[in-house]
Amino acid sequence: MSARAQTYLWFAQRLSGAVLALCVAVHLATIILAVQGGLSAAEILGRTRGSTAWAAFYAAFVLAVAVHAPIGLRAILREWTLWRGRGLDAAVALVGVGLALLGWRAVGAVVG
Amino acid sequence: MSWRNRNHPTFWAFLVHRLSGIALTLFLPFHFWTLGQAIAGEAALDGFLRWAEQPLVKASEVVLVVLLAAHLFGGLRLLALEFLPWRDGQKSLVALGGALSLVVGLAFLLNLA
Amino acid sequence: MPGQVDALTVSVWRGAAAGRYVDYQVPHRTSQTVLDIVTYIQRRLDPTLSYRFSCRVGVCGSCAMTVNGVPRWTCRTHVDRVAKDRKLEIGPLRNLPVIKDLATDMRAFFDKWARAKGQFQPPATPAADFARVDPASAARREADAAIECIGCAVCYSACDVVAWNPDYLGPAALNRAWSLVNDVRDAGGAERLAAVSGDAGCHSCHSHQACAERCPKQLNPTAAIAGLKRATLKAALTGAL
Ligand code: HEM
Ligand code: SF4
Ligand code: SF4
Ligand code: FES
Repeated sequence: MSARAQTYLWFAQRLSGAVLALCVAVHLATIILAVQGGLSAAEILGRTRGSTAWAAFYAAFVLAVAVHAPIGLRAILREWTLWRGRGLDAAVALVGVGLALLGWRAVGAVVG
Repeated sequence: MSWRNRNHPTFWAFLVHRLSGIALTLFLPFHFWTLGQAIAGEAALDGFLRWAEQPLVKASEVVLVVLLAAHLFGGLRLLALEFLPWRDGQKSLVALGGALSLVVGLAFLLNLA
Repeated sequence: MPGQVDALTVSVWRGAAAGRYVDYQVPHRTSQTVLDIVTYIQRRLDPTLSYRFSCRVGVCGSCAMTVNGVPRWTCRTHVDRVAKDRKLEIGPLRNLPVIKDLATDMRAFFDKWARAKGQFQPPATPAADFARVDPASAARREADAAIECIGCAVCYSACDVVAWNPDYLGPAALNRAWSLVNDVRDAGGAERLAAVSGDAGCHSCHSHQACAERCPKQLNPTAAIAGLKRATLKAALTGAL
């Protein structure tokens, strides 16, 4: 990877981290404040069904995490295992794609 | 030598950040999969939510909330450290982040009742 | 003996990569340094002990060792501050190959300074006049980052990323590069920024601050590396990198 690409890789993780900081703050507030006294599907779906605002919020949340977590995973695997190089880069990219697809499927399920 | 050399607050903050990052990344596919149950309708999701009422599952949820909060506050500290001109007092910020994470965990725990 | 308080049990690494800790009984005196202990062993107990030192006053950076698990400059480390229950463990620096006993091969450490382009790069055409540098300017103050560095490798030895990622340039070399990035007379520019980027460079630093925690000169390589992260990003965004 070129110096420029590696710099962007680092920045992508920090930028997605900053987006996640907002998302996670909202998420924590929701699960603590809005969900008093136990969860039910009706409660969750009542909030999310048909809401474009929640759909957009969760879709962005998923995208940020699908960028952020694989780059973190790459650093951890490089440092704590012997796995390096293109194989590793491809594998963590695949993890990112997997997270995004699974996440968006879940978003579709709760807003659809 | 390693562990004696590592015994300082910003190292422990690094370790918590890394381990919480791993835990969250492992938990996420599971979280997405369970929410995806809603595709099959409200009943399927409710089935899962009833399963999640078990004390052990609730306890792991509290742990995950604390880890998420710890990663959030630790991540904010790192972003400030990297992007703002250097600030001293990192050790106090580590302690503050730890305390806030426990507060969030406690708030979650109390609201479970 | 004058000033003697009691005896210390000192475990010293003997051998190269394969070796073991050997115990020595050394008289404990007031104001004794760890380097004094090593010298006592070599002069009185076992002349085959190998170690490195020169100035004995914290200037040359050659005497660093691992003392009770923590890298330190031994000539300025007082025994009373580090001995626990009259015991001391002295080993070679971590993250560098051991040549023999307490002497490590520091080539990798210095080679990485060169790889980080840690030398002043004059412009192609010599400057016509003296550079006027305002001592109060931000860049001049940042350039102070490495001026007091004595090249002791304590930070390098304390850094886990060096241990986990052998290509990593390490805190001292990156700290030095940051000084030059802020030297208005230097023409290293984007080439140096490219040299300190990526998996071997500043972007691999996780800010655990072991380097800043242990640096005997109280320098802060973590802050310097954060500066490099911002400088490389700016260069990438403006197309200079
Ligand atoms: C709450 C908002 C978040 C912020 C502000 C944040 C920030 C950060 C930052 C700055 C790092 C870089 C640490 C380093 O390499 O020095 C990081 C690493 C990491 N993050 Fe996050 N993060 C957030 C949420 C998440 C989430 C939700 C996940 C997982 C699903 C996650 C997974 C990871 C992983 C696996 C690493 C790698 C840890 C390491 O290299 O030690 N993060 N995070
Ligand atoms: S802050 Fe960076 S350079 Fe310093 S010990 Fe940690 S990883 Fe190494
Ligand atoms: S930065 Fe500090 S610890 Fe590192 S080589 Fe220089 S003086 Fe030694
Ligand atoms: S002997 Fe010179 S710094 Fe210790």
